[in-house]
Amino acid sequence: MAGKVKPRVKVPKKAEKGEIIEIKTLISHKMESGQRKDKDGNTIPRQIINHFVCKYNGEVVFESDWHGAVSANPYIAFRTVATESGELEFIWTDDDGSEYSTTAKIEVS
Amino acid sequence: MVRNIGSSALDRRGFLAAGAALIATTTLVGKAARAALPEVEAAIKEILGDRTAEEGRISLDLPEIAENGNTVPLTVEVESPMTEDDYVAAVHIFAEGNPQPTVASMSFTPRSGEAIASTRIRLAKTQTIHAIAEMSDGSVFTATREVKVTIGGCGG
Repeated sequence: MAGKVKPRVKVPKKAEKGEIIEIKTLISHKMESGQRKDKDGNTIPRQIINHFVCKYNGEVVFESDWHGAVSANPYIAFRTVATESGELEFIWTDDDGSEYSTTAKIEVS
Repeated sequence: MVRNIGSSALDRRGFLAAGAALIATTTLVGKAARAALPEVEAAIKEILGDRTAEEGRISLDLPEIAENGNTVPLTVEVESPMTEDDYVAAVHIFAEGNPQPTVASMSFTPRSGEAIASTRIRLAKTQTIHAIAEMSDGSVFTATREVKVTIGGCGG
């Protein structure tokens, strides 16, 4: 489903050193739970994003494991301390092994 | 509510049974809505190991009534200084009325600054949500929250 998956992140462009910033992320994904049945009564196989990680200049600052009960188009918001200027990397891992990623720059003064 | 819930299976079962009885008599939560409770109990026990869970420090925010069980906003916040010596390591969310009760786990670090996370979850029916927070010093805190679901969000 790589073609349809679009990650979006909201990170402040600038922050003061030591400031706690909020990061919001959203990714388009059906998050097929494995609980639904098609019209013939066959179970639709599970296909979800099962892992999310945020790295700040390469260091993991937040991580989350997801199961079938995470809603479609998963949204997650969390906080991190603005330590230095650089790049935040966001990686979502699909049940099929695909990885979806995006980055955001931050300037810390 | 009971503080310092014992981690032994007996204490835990007694506590949960008491909780179940209370909920059954005070609300419309039926037996079916708690179908996955033994699984949640087992998962919590596995996280706890020999440790004892305490109540408090967690604020688990969900709507009282969720009209659409497909997307129910959830925010969990744990009180902690979030320093190298004292921080929230992980928070686990369980939904005891879902066909598969494990919802999500979140890992924090001192660099989180604050242990807060928000997401959106699916709830199959009216039920109780459990949050378990593991602290860096080994202590564990739990919180629960009941959500009434108008239209369930799992089958289809």
